[in-house]
Amino acid sequence: MLLEILTQANGVSGNEKEVRDIIYREVEKYADEIKIDKIGNLIVHKKGTKKSNKKVLFAAHMDEVGLIVTDIDEQGFIKFTTVGGIDKRILVSKTVNIGNKRVPGVIGAKPIHLQKNDERDNTIPLSDLYIDIGVDNRNEAEQLIEIGDYIAFNTKYEEFGDGYIKAKALDDRVGCSILIDLIKDDHIEYDFYAAFTVMEEVGLVGAGPAAYSVKPDISVILEGTVCYEMPELDSHLIPTQLGQGPAISLIDRHSLYDYELREKAIATAKRYNIPYQYRKTSSGGNDAGEIQVSRSGSKTLALSLATRYIHSTASMINKDDYYNTILLIKHLMPILCEGEENDNRF
Amino acid sequence: MIIDSSLLKEIVTTYGPSSREEKIRNLIANEIKEYVDEIKIDALGNLIAHKKGLGKKIMISSHMDQIGLMAIDIDEKGFIRFTNIGGIKPALLLGQRVRFENGTIGVVYSEKLEEDNKIKVDNLYIDIGTNGREETLNKVKIGDICIFQNEFLESDKVIISPYLDDRIGCYILIETIKNVMKNSNDLYFVFSVQEEVGMRGAKTAAFSIEPDIGLAVDVTSTFDTPKSEKLNVKLFNGAAIKAMDYSLIAHKDIKDALIELAEAKGIKYQIEVLEHGGTDAGAIHMSKSGVKTGAISIPCRYIHSQSEMVSKDDIIMCLELLKAYVE
Repeated sequence: MLLEILTQANGVSGNEKEVRDIIYREVEKYADEIKIDKIGNLIVHKKGTKKSNKKVLFAAHMDEVGLIVTDIDEQGFIKFTTVGGIDKRILVSKTVNIGNKRVPGVIGAKPIHLQKNDERDNTIPLSDLYIDIGVDNRNEAEQLIEIGDYIAFNTKYEEFGDGYIKAKALDDRVGCSILIDLIKDDHIEYDFYAAFTVMEEVGLVGAGPAAYSVKPDISVILEGTVCYEMPELDSHLIPTQLGQGPAISLIDRHSLYDYELREKAIATAKRYNIPYQYRKTSSGGNDAGEIQVSRSGSKTLALSLATRYIHSTASMINKDDYYNTILLIKHLMPILCEGEENDNRF
Repeated sequence: MIIDSSLLKEIVTTYGPSSREEKIRNLIANEIKEYVDEIKIDALGNLIAHKKGLGKKIMISSHMDQIGLMAIDIDEKGFIRFTNIGGIKPALLLGQRVRFENGTIGVVYSEKLEEDNKIKVDNLYIDIGTNGREETLNKVKIGDICIFQNEFLESDKVIISPYLDDRIGCYILIETIKNVMKNSNDLYFVFSVQEEVGMRGAKTAAFSIEPDIGLAVDVTSTFDTPKSEKLNVKLFNGAAIKAMDYSLIAHKDIKDALIELAEAKGIKYQIEVLEHGGTDAGAIHMSKSGVKTGAISIPCRYIHSQSEMVSKDDIIMCLELLKAYVE
């Protein structure tokens, strides 16, 4: 799958070039217009054979959470801070790649044998973690690394079990991959726009400028979203589940999703027998937050893939969810693009 | 000037939580359509009413959305789990009666908890009096939003009701639209959406209007109840002219003009400084290349509870101040 190439590429927020270049090459010959704006968003216009009554924008973000080099100490150990929301408890002993040259390293900490009781019970603070790149001193490290270099997790893409995928950065390379598939699909007749945005993980930075230039009537945000389904949980505390189909957003920290678009998505799923689920948590957020309030405002819908262990070194999705999301979008496309003027205008 | 209680009651009790403002929008549109030159509804659902004039372009905004509860899950027994729309203290919800858009009524209650003071939204549920999941699903869908169902009460001095935030502002705008005489200014009255979840409607409305001056009309907290913080605004002390809140430092020109007007016309006023909270003014003043913005606030006790309280005299002071300002 293309998803393998996309997730093996590194694109921590603010450093999306490698991912953008891959997407550019993939969609170039299918796009009618393609541009990279000043902040780094990749914006594609596919004209199709049918004109759309509504200007529809699909958005997926290219960036992933990761780390950034803040200092190199005398022994050549690398100090770092996080880029985007990362649970600091998952960092110890993970392998990483630093900078565009992909210098390999391992995140080190004091071994358990030497930790005092209170240290064992508490999360090791970032200030006590470092990345070991196997050099003897600062000078050697500086030959390989500069302060400000981005650090990405080093995780191999794998397909396993009954249709599952494990990789880093599935949030939101899975959205990028779906969007690429849509652009390449010649069966989609309608005119639409696609935005591959930058810096979503650090505050929905790219989406605002992208929407400002596209000026959409309707936007569909394609995401990898939080999934947690332990057996002891009451059903209302389970945000999404793997294998239950695309997750349709209700509410999150930034958006209350448009009621009519949501109803259209659900009616379409029911009509074509496509499984779907609701995204039940109100925490988190996505590019819809900025897109909906760009200029004089627009309507948004978010379709997400349930993603276990999101924002960690190894996240996990289900392939059926991937194909069902594409299927739902294809059936939804004519409904969104043709639009209906039942907005109760005065 | 007297308060039209029956209109106010209708405005305050009409359904319209954030993102589902259609019913209240229709009510307001019908109420004002004969008095304005043009009415527009934008993509997010803001109601923008234009009353043409030759002077400055002034945007006056009150939000028509309400806080509420959104159904996110229905269990096998038919109980509804929910998330909050806007800022709500979970402890205030216990025993609260609610109403969905289609009229379905219910009550909020809590799972059995060890300690009552540790109530979280996750522990609460809505009971609409059904027997099982299917029965509930006939009345309520996932994603439906309910609002507080409390009585609208009034005494000679005060009004007590949920949703005076900010339907009292909407009422003041409607009365101003109806009574403003020769408007030398070019007035845009905005009944905005989604203020309670982050001033989203005012942001897009300001973008399309491009006003010279922005003015929000919204409720503000009072500091006159037992053991409250030591801040200035008190119930019965008149219209509150905003100096600042978390979202805005009012533009000096607007604040000073409001103070001068109040002094000249003998309108009772007080200066509002608020450490928390914000209004549509926060979104308006940073629109495009910036807008001189201020706010007139209606002092209100117990904001975001089922029993918000405002003073009738304060409402009249706010009305007079707004009318004088836009004229």
